[in-house]
Amino acid sequence: MEPFISVTGTAAPMLAANIDTDVIMPKQFLKGIDRQGLDRGLFHGLRFQEDGTPDPSFILNQPAWQGSRFLVVGPNFGCGSSREHAVWGLQQLGIRALIGTTFAGIFYDNCQRNGVLTIKLDPERHQQLADVISNPERNQITVDLEQQIIALENADAVPFQVDTLKRDALMRGLDAIGTTLERQAQIMAFEQRHLAQNPWLK
Amino acid sequence: MTTGKTLYDKHIDSHTVCQLDDDGHVLLYIDRQVLNEYTSPQAFSGLREKQRKVWRPSTSLAVVDHVNPTAPNRIALINDPGGARQVSYFGENCHDFGIELFDVLDKRQGIEHVVAPEQGFILPGMVIAAGDSHTTTYGALGAFGFGIGTSEIEHLLATQTLVYKRLNTMRVTVEGTLARGMSSKDIIMALIRRIGASGATGYAIEFAGPGIGALSVEARMTICNMAVEAGARGAFMAPDDKVYDYLKGRERAPSGELREQALARWQDLKSDEDAVFDMDLVLDSSDLAPMVTWGTSPDQAASISDTVPGPESYDTPSQRRDVERALYYMGLTPGTPLTDIRISHAFIGSCTNARIEDLRAAADMVGDRKVAEHVRAIIVPGSTAVRDQAEAEGLADIFIRAGFEWRQSGCSMCLAMNDDVLEPGDRCASSTNRNFEGRQGAGARTHLMSPVMVAAAAIKGHLTDIREMTEEA
Ligand code: SF4
Repeated sequence: MEPFISVTGTAAPMLAANIDTDVIMPKQFLKGIDRQGLDRGLFHGLRFQEDGTPDPSFILNQPAWQGSRFLVVGPNFGCGSSREHAVWGLQQLGIRALIGTTFAGIFYDNCQRNGVLTIKLDPERHQQLADVISNPERNQITVDLEQQIIALENADAVPFQVDTLKRDALMRGLDAIGTTLERQAQIMAFEQRHLAQNPWLK
Repeated sequence: MTTGKTLYDKHIDSHTVCQLDDDGHVLLYIDRQVLNEYTSPQAFSGLREKQRKVWRPSTSLAVVDHVNPTAPNRIALINDPGGARQVSYFGENCHDFGIELFDVLDKRQGIEHVVAPEQGFILPGMVIAAGDSHTTTYGALGAFGFGIGTSEIEHLLATQTLVYKRLNTMRVTVEGTLARGMSSKDIIMALIRRIGASGATGYAIEFAGPGIGALSVEARMTICNMAVEAGARGAFMAPDDKVYDYLKGRERAPSGELREQALARWQDLKSDEDAVFDMDLVLDSSDLAPMVTWGTSPDQAASISDTVPGPESYDTPSQRRDVERALYYMGLTPGTPLTDIRISHAFIGSCTNARIEDLRAAADMVGDRKVAEHVRAIIVPGSTAVRDQAEAEGLADIFIRAGFEWRQSGCSMCLAMNDDVLEPGDRCASSTNRNFEGRQGAGARTHLMSPVMVAAAAIKGHLTDIREMTEEA
């Protein structure tokens, strides 16, 4: 997993509420057994016209927001299906962080597990940030996870907070399974006790 | 002062291997997991790459459900190469890692959330995680189930645990009893409309009260299943005698001495009297009307006797924009009575509403009536066992005589990952759980409702208030 420390780039506004994972990664891209080629599927129905050419009205196709590395998203982004393909697609298109007010739970965890930073701001701060980056002249930002701030050009930096455990894992790009397996003995001891108490769970 | 524990706390406490920090993260032990062919492949590939083993293969059950065809004559062959590849890789993985698999032709095959309870694989007090958001269904049995992504599946297979952050707790007390013809789907749809599609984000919901006690276990599953559409990451109910009766005699549920032991222990599976919830809501189910969705999010719903709302009835500019977009996608004009909405398709299926009781209720509504001429109506039973039982009870005959297609089990048109796909502009009355844009096919329009309401719409050819149908009959 690519560590996240401080990243600078373009931020694009996608402020509709309840953008679900069916929209982020439509089902025709879920037929793989690997993670390849999902950048093409990302927001497919919005990004491309029926003939396969880019839809100029979609934000990430507009010159000022092409190659965005951040999305400033509306409430409940990522709701619906648990498909992690949605996050793999974001990652493959180069999106490093999502900034919103609320995220759907499974999606939020999936982001974490793939090194995509999710930042929750209170609605007021979020709106201010959205206003700034909706201006093509001012859509460059720096997300600094170490200091937990979003730096803007010609405006006050926006502070945010991420749980220490998550922040640590993201900054170091840790392999979560390896970390957990260091506790193997503890898990085994728990398991033995648990199954002895609840023998029907064996 | 110490306060009592909620049922949620009890589940988490009894499954905590160790605390990981002061922000509420724990290492959580998982009792069971259910695997499907479309969210698991990359998890197995990850294990293979790192040469890791599955910690305890017997805790997993694998079911093919998302990509398989549901044509009436079932064959193992899947025409779609992507789907076929997923199914064959799934088989290979289950074989190599020692996990039990219900393949397409297995008598026990079906939608994972229908199959797992049916098999007695889900028991009160368990913690279950699986690569599908509707894993919340298992809450109806007093278990705590939640959906996870593929990386987490891999973590779970390798370690039997997950790094887990505690949720807030919400209690929804359902008062009153449902009027005739109403179903538990109307309760959960009314709740989602009230609190919104993210109203329970960050929460585990405990459903309680006489309105829940009065429901069958299957009807309760519908509620827990769909709670995720309000954002809940878990939904459950304290187990009672109905649950214990439901489990009796099921293949994998404990029997004899072991059952007695389990029953004694399950008595404690309820929130303590003095437990405090972060949010407490009351919902009266006696004055509910049948619910339908008119938009593209499950909270864009109304009583069937209402009209399509307009953007102006919403508070914020962003809500108004969302509503405008939804109406545009759905091809609806504000002010139209919902009962005037004409459908082209009707679908009874999915893990929300395709259990035997759902089919019985729908068949009861159909009786000797016929499906409207312009409607293609489809029934996809939740599992092969449900299908067999429905045939044995004569329900299938009722449906077929009325003009419904009677198909094999699977997720089918709930997410249209197999060949059951709607065309752009098709409008479907559906007993499923998601009305997102493109969910049942690009450009297709979905109206969610109870299976009885779907049956009524199929017969009339438009959305219909079943309360009027019952009077007519
Ligand atoms: S029936 Fe629908 S909601 Fe249920 S598991 Fe299948 S696709 Fe998901």
